[in-house]
Amino acid sequence: MENLYLTIVLAPLVGSIIAGFLGSRIGRVGAHSVTILGVGLSTGLSLYVLKGFVDGTLSAFDGPVYTWMISGGISFEIGFLVDKLTALMMAVVTFVSLMVHIYTIGYMADDEHNWPQESLAGRNAYQRFFSYISLFTFSMLMLVMSNNFLQLFFGWEAVGLVSYLLIGFWTVRESAIFANLKAFLVNRVGDFGFILGIGAIAMYFNSMDYQEVFAAAPALAHTQVQIWGDSSWSLMTVICVLLFIGAMGKSAQVPLHIWLPDSMEGPTPISALIHAATMVTAGIFMVARMSPLYELSETALSFVMVIGATTAFFMGLVGLVQNDIKRVVAYSTLSQLGYMVAALGASAYAAGIFHLMTHAFFKALLFLAAGSVIIAMHHDQDIRNMGGLRKYMPITWITFLLGSLALIGFPGFSGFFSKDAIIEAVHLSQVGGAGYASVLLTLGVFVTALYSFRLYFIVFHGKERMDDHTRHHLHETPAVVWVPLVLLAIPSVFIGWMTMESVLFGDWFKGVIHVAPEHDVLGQIGAHFHGQTNFVLHGMMAPPFWLAMGGLALAWYIYMMKPVIADYAMVRFSRTYRILEGKYGFDQFNMAVFAGGSRALGKLFWVTGDQGLIDGILINGSAQGVGRIAQRLRGIQTGYLYHYAIAMILGLVALLTIFVTF
Amino acid sequence: MHFAIPVLSLTIWLPIIGGLAVLASGDKAPNISRWVALSFSVLAFLVSLLLWTGFDASTAQMQFVERAPWIPSFNAWYHLGVDGISMPLIILTTFITILVLISGWEVISYKPSQYMAAFLIMEGVMVGVFSALDAILFYVFWEAMLIPMFIIIGVWGGPKRVYATIKFFLYTFFGSVFMLVALIYMYFKSGSYSILDFQALPLSLTEQIWIFLAFLAAFAVKVPMWPVHTWLPDAHVEAPTGGSVILAAIMLKIGGYGFLRFSLPITPDASATLDWLVIAMSLIAVVYIGFVALVQQDMKKLIAYSSIAHMGFVTLGFFIAFSIFARAGATGGVVMGMEGGMVQMVSHGFVSAAMFLCVGVLYDRLHSREISTYGGVIHTMPVFGALMVFFAMANAGLPGTSGFVGEFMVILASFQADFWYAFLAATTLILGAAYTLWMVKRVVYGPVTSEKVAGLQDANGRELLVLGILAVAVLALGLWPAPLVEVMDASIQNLVQHLAVSKLAVAPAAVAVLP
Repeated sequence: MENLYLTIVLAPLVGSIIAGFLGSRIGRVGAHSVTILGVGLSTGLSLYVLKGFVDGTLSAFDGPVYTWMISGGISFEIGFLVDKLTALMMAVVTFVSLMVHIYTIGYMADDEHNWPQESLAGRNAYQRFFSYISLFTFSMLMLVMSNNFLQLFFGWEAVGLVSYLLIGFWTVRESAIFANLKAFLVNRVGDFGFILGIGAIAMYFNSMDYQEVFAAAPALAHTQVQIWGDSSWSLMTVICVLLFIGAMGKSAQVPLHIWLPDSMEGPTPISALIHAATMVTAGIFMVARMSPLYELSETALSFVMVIGATTAFFMGLVGLVQNDIKRVVAYSTLSQLGYMVAALGASAYAAGIFHLMTHAFFKALLFLAAGSVIIAMHHDQDIRNMGGLRKYMPITWITFLLGSLALIGFPGFSGFFSKDAIIEAVHLSQVGGAGYASVLLTLGVFVTALYSFRLYFIVFHGKERMDDHTRHHLHETPAVVWVPLVLLAIPSVFIGWMTMESVLFGDWFKGVIHVAPEHDVLGQIGAHFHGQTNFVLHGMMAPPFWLAMGGLALAWYIYMMKPVIADYAMVRFSRTYRILEGKYGFDQFNMAVFAGGSRALGKLFWVTGDQGLIDGILINGSAQGVGRIAQRLRGIQTGYLYHYAIAMILGLVALLTIFVTF
Repeated sequence: MHFAIPVLSLTIWLPIIGGLAVLASGDKAPNISRWVALSFSVLAFLVSLLLWTGFDASTAQMQFVERAPWIPSFNAWYHLGVDGISMPLIILTTFITILVLISGWEVISYKPSQYMAAFLIMEGVMVGVFSALDAILFYVFWEAMLIPMFIIIGVWGGPKRVYATIKFFLYTFFGSVFMLVALIYMYFKSGSYSILDFQALPLSLTEQIWIFLAFLAAFAVKVPMWPVHTWLPDAHVEAPTGGSVILAAIMLKIGGYGFLRFSLPITPDASATLDWLVIAMSLIAVVYIGFVALVQQDMKKLIAYSSIAHMGFVTLGFFIAFSIFARAGATGGVVMGMEGGMVQMVSHGFVSAAMFLCVGVLYDRLHSREISTYGGVIHTMPVFGALMVFFAMANAGLPGTSGFVGEFMVILASFQADFWYAFLAATTLILGAAYTLWMVKRVVYGPVTSEKVAGLQDANGRELLVLGILAVAVLALGLWPAPLVEVMDASIQNLVQHLAVSKLAVAPAAVAVLP
């Protein structure tokens, strides 16, 4: 079994190395062939593994690959844990990655236009791009397949590295290299918490291995630790909150969400793969994986839920005022990640993972469809210049529509099942903050529908606002671009219906995700579950459905019937509009306080501390002091004999006086 | 362990003899001198590998021991030996020296043979420091190190080299004088200059504290620790690339080594009493220096400050031992902290060397170290740019590179000492990434900013060779640190057991013997 799993992980890495190091030799076709071959192999094998788990022919695997190091009594291993959770993640990651690989052939075909003519870095940029996305696939697989905290952290930071490289892929753009530095640093703030969480685990569990830690966790459930003064904290709360800070960075939760909208500076394929479908869901995966720990701390669960719900609602609102097609989808991603996180807080881990899966398909679809629009629009991303595109690109139009319907949770579409399950789960949850979360998540449905269909109507319907030149060249994108759209549209529509019963209420996650009986909200929902049709019918009588329809209808009314309403609202609610447009001021605050503050502090330490106090006073000061004293003393050495004679006589007199008097 | 050939002596004297030969040959045929110098350094490296292959990792005993009378009237011996702490550092020394010689190949046109000779002699002397088991021998090597480095900076350095060399010399000399006094004091108490005898020598707490402070003065300057670090940025800025590499990669490690070989085992009780001082200095190095590094405009200064911050992890890892003893009573975290500090030293040897070499590559082309001179280097030097980004990531402690291993171990261990130690240490994740990657952003990325950058040539074969070898080393250590940790484990375990036992309990009996 180990060889199979090693192949799944290493195939993309090999592809990446070949495309990266031999890019100029094997050319574009060579690079995309070899990487697609590698990822394709991984995808095939991952689906085989998933099927094995579905059929029951495979059982969970937990084994080491090699010992990274042994120090202080802890064995740090590299190893795989493949159970049903992992198998699901592997299938999602490799499948979306494969789609993105194929799509990229079309999207990056004209990439040389993005580079200055004389730039040598632009020569093999196409090959490099494939190398990076394959490297990403490797890193993400390492992350989800890990059986220990060390490798988890490795994968965690490695995906961050590739994200950094890809956001700044078009390195000539100042905005891109600003965004990638920002993304890396904000993620590092999260990792700061994460590594401390790992430190706590190393200290109290003396192990890095998941199974050992989970087995020992209940015994430590009531351990209290003192961090500040005498106030004591539950150890589990400390560990879970610290780990979750890492998840807040990676999965872009308030207030560490600020990097994700800017990450749209990267090429669209990676926005789909990394910043929508896979990497940003690493935090959700991690918390679900750690469910045996999170179940032991209601405080941590509350914290998780409140953060998630806040992100879900308030980031959705910002999506309403964006005019860049990718940024609308990016804010939508933030909001949907918030839903997943809130589900985790309600102990509905399965619902979080379920939404992660459906979202991976429909959000990758939306991003890739947006990319298709961007190609057609000659890389203009401003939706105010679009309109009526459905006539020119029917496949993109239909698939985008399907993705949007899945996103807003239209009954029967995949997003409907996953989102409804989350909302119901949070509604039933008893942990602190559940009431707050429940209200925000329900209202969020309306917001989601409004921004999604605002985007949809503005782009694909209504007046054609592009210039004549662009309109003249508008046409459907080539097959390498639209085939992945179609392939992603299929699961976006059907996967929810197909898998809901076993994933949410069945025994798919039995023994993998641990839920304490008193937190088992999904179990309560499952008790009343009587098949998908019933679930759909039931859902159509609940508020979220009507809110979604309301949002859709309002979007239709405003953007199709009475566009003046939008302008009127902008003026009437100008203050709210400005707050949303300013993204609640997070960016300004961070730039002024953290970026500016750090630089000011650095200057202060350097100029006042190092140069002023240490060098100026202590070092050079003492050197000058010695010099000055020497200067004075030198004055005594006049060289005149009578000066010395006088000194001798005075000395003699002084000594004699002393001898005589004492 | 007995070996047919005196491996340590060969590793010390081969390069010194080679250096003298190259020096004597003069600059008449610089190419021959270069090749001779390189051959000697490669030979020394190969010989030093015998230390690795013949090393018995299961024992903490000194190995490859050589002992001969040297100055009988002082009872000083020519006494050499290595354990798991010094052996990796010796190999690091011989390894880095080769790279330094290659990197200076055609770049140094002024007195090239003297340049090569200085580094060869430096190499032998540094190996001597790591392998000396006699305090006088150690002290002679320790001071002798200053001379070649003084010459390297003073002759091939930048415009302010005189200020920098004098500052460097006085700073380090100031520290080491106190150490000499401490060594002589212990000689009078024990009648021996053997470092191993010093380690077993019972000392009262007062004596220990004075000796500890004397050692601290010497080693803190070398590491360098805040607040005696200000010589380092000046020395680096003025030193030629090779000088910076040796300074950062090896010389700083001698301070860290001193703590493990002298301070901790000789004065365990004083270390336990004053550990707060060293921990505070280390954490200030990590946080304060991290902020200072952020605002540097000169690439070499930035990397110099980053070195200080990274070395803060070394001393932190060593001195959290006593807090862990006090809290958990377990030695696991203590061992991890010390091994983490050691791994950090070796890793920093690779990463800082690579960073300085990267700056050297740019400096050789445009003769500027200012960040603002550059911008968009990736467009004209794509291969070099990729390597620089890689090393920057290693400097920022990315998992999979060597830079991660030591920091990770020390953060994990310091969590066991005190949550807030770990908290402050972990800020390096943010600060280290901030100062390193911000520099990368301004130097490597972005549009091409000037005509000069537009005319840059990508790294040549020689430069790629050196950086490529270092990249492999950084990656290898990051992906599989086990071999390195294994060789030092027995020695570190032994040291930790030694530390756990106070010297004070046995002191009265020993006092009676003395007069």
